[in-house]
Amino acid sequence: MNNLAVNLPGLELKNPIMPASGCFAFGREYSKFYDLSKLGAVMMKAATGTERFGNPTPRVAETASGMLNAIGLQNPGVEKIIENEVPFLANYDTSIIANIAGSTLEEYEKVANAFNQTDDVHALELNISCPNVKEGGIQFGTDPGMAAKVTEAVKKASRLPVYVKLSPNVTNVVEMAKAVEAAGADGLSMINTLTGMQIHLPSKKPLIANQTGGLSGPAIKPVAIRMIYEVKQHVSIPIIGMGGVSTAEDVLEFLLAGASAVAVGTANFNNPYVCPEIIEALPETLQKYGFDSVQDAIGKGIVQA
Amino acid sequence: MMKKEKVLINSFRQIALDTIEMVVENAYISQTAKPGQFLHVSVEGHMLRRPISIADINKEKNTITILFKVVGSGTAKLATLTPGMSLDVLGPNGNGFQIDDQQKSTILLIGGGIGVPPLYYLGKTLAEKNIEIISILGFQTKDYVFYEEKFSNLGRNYVVTDDGSYGEKGFVTDVVKMAGDFDSYYSCGPLPMLKAITTKLKGKPGMISLEERMGCGVGACMACVIPTKKSGGYKKICSDGPVFHAEEVSL
Ligand SMILES: Cc1cc2nc3c(=O)[nH]c(=O)nc-3n(C[C@H](O)[C@H](O)[C@H](O)COP(=O)(O)OP(=O)(O)OC[C@H]3O[C@@H](n4cnc5c(N)ncnc54)[C@H](O)[C@@H]3O)c2cc1C
Ligand SMILES: Cc1cc2nc3c(=O)[nH]c(=O)nc-3n(C[C@H](O)[C@H](O)[C@H](O)COP(=O)(O)O)c2cc1C
Ligand code: FES
Repeated sequence: MNNLAVNLPGLELKNPIMPASGCFAFGREYSKFYDLSKLGAVMMKAATGTERFGNPTPRVAETASGMLNAIGLQNPGVEKIIENEVPFLANYDTSIIANIAGSTLEEYEKVANAFNQTDDVHALELNISCPNVKEGGIQFGTDPGMAAKVTEAVKKASRLPVYVKLSPNVTNVVEMAKAVEAAGADGLSMINTLTGMQIHLPSKKPLIANQTGGLSGPAIKPVAIRMIYEVKQHVSIPIIGMGGVSTAEDVLEFLLAGASAVAVGTANFNNPYVCPEIIEALPETLQKYGFDSVQDAIGKGIVQA
Repeated sequence: MMKKEKVLINSFRQIALDTIEMVVENAYISQTAKPGQFLHVSVEGHMLRRPISIADINKEKNTITILFKVVGSGTAKLATLTPGMSLDVLGPNGNGFQIDDQQKSTILLIGGGIGVPPLYYLGKTLAEKNIEIISILGFQTKDYVFYEEKFSNLGRNYVVTDDGSYGEKGFVTDVVKMAGDFDSYYSCGPLPMLKAITTKLKGKPGMISLEERMGCGVGACMACVIPTKKSGGYKKICSDGPVFHAEEVSL
């Protein structure tokens, strides 16, 4: 038996590892490094209703143990993604998760509905947490009522399971999680980036053109672990965890906190092979800490009150 | 095609103020790299890799020369390395200069500061095709001047410093007139210089190499974009560039 396998709504994952949205585009670039069939799934770059050009540059800045980004959801639009990108990924034996974004409820519905055209996408990741666009995105992700509304609308528009991607830029993440669960979410994905800023000393101005950017990388891992740990105890839908993962030990930590699968984002930039390397190291890491399988470790770090 | 490779540091020397020349050994990259491509260098203790241009290649010895200026923490860390150590790089990255195969043509190379290095391997490659090379190299002051002799071996060469402490005084654009007639140009340097050059040489065929802060360096994250002139779209500097036709992008 494959002890790395996990079954989640819409996703029969041969292993729990997948590249995080926005850090892997649509897979073409990394397919030059390794066979994408090794991956449990691929989370595609956000799709919006029409093409978006994104923010001016600089769009990224390095920080201690992390980075800031304000890409601004640059993507060719959902129709082109379905036409040109999904068929490429469908050549591989891996699950495809489409990340969907929008500025209005109608745009979210349109994008969700568009993915009904293809049989090659297995689940939607509803991005209500992008901190880098002026309208939409974040306000859906910080107000539980709005989050529930967009979740409901997307569930209605789509025949696919919906994983709602939560923002860490809230005071009460459990409240957000419960709201989207009640609205019909099939799973959660957490966390998106934390809003931050860097000031460039030579110019004495914010370095990123958008001024603020989203912090990712190892710096945010403890925040992600804490939030997953809290949310897991209050919802019964599965969680795909992410935030600063770069080793199999990190993955185990996310599983223990309550994640059922784990996405890897920023770490791909330094090591293009990070996902297959983690997958290879995972069985030994599980064994080292006394677990027979991934399934066996999920939520085992939670101390019952 | 770009690969993740270990390169061995063969030599390391300071060639100008804050400027280091490093020769590294790697068979795959030395045999496949083209002028204008770069290495995406992993630096210990840093999340993001640093893009550094390929300044020269020796195919017989399997070596690649890179030059870098110490401007921040990553390049400062690179400057502490010594021969015998190795570096983890992605390379060769990006699309380099398209080489004009026309015999008898005259090409002008215009480099500014730490934008000079990629023009050396380009110039050497062009000179081997019996193309006539004229070069203009701009630096801040005398202390930063490097590779003057190497470029002089390729053809007529002008050095310009902002303050006139070496060579001509002024900017590279001030010297273009002295260079005389040429068929096309290749340039790499700071953005204001590239803007001035492309404006001054409007209508001449030219290629320019651009810089932007990068995330992945492989075309996946959309960090390093530059607007194109037509259609309002963007190109990725790391994978569509770093070299573009002068008319193609909006600086
Ligand atoms: C295609 C390309 C080729 C280059 N070739 C050379 C070369 O041959 N020699 C050389 O000395 N420099 C070159 N540069 C610039 C070089 O990448 C930066 O000077 C270097 O990344 C600075 O790193 P740092 O940690 O010292 O500076 P910091 O300012 O501490 O760096 C912080 C972050 O900003 C990025 N960054 C800072 N300045 C630049 C810049 N000008 N361009 C891109 N990213 C930057 C860094 O990579 C890092 O992620 C090139 C840049 C590009 C895009
Ligand atoms: C450059 C970049 C682009 C991103 N783009 C998206 C995106 O389009 N949609 C999304 O939901 N998350 C996006 N994210 C967030 C990541 O998917 C992930 O949630 C976050 O980076 C935390 O994981 P990490 O620390 O492993 O990178 C992006 C992150 C980065 C660094
Ligand atoms: S640096 Fe990621 S696309 Fe260029």
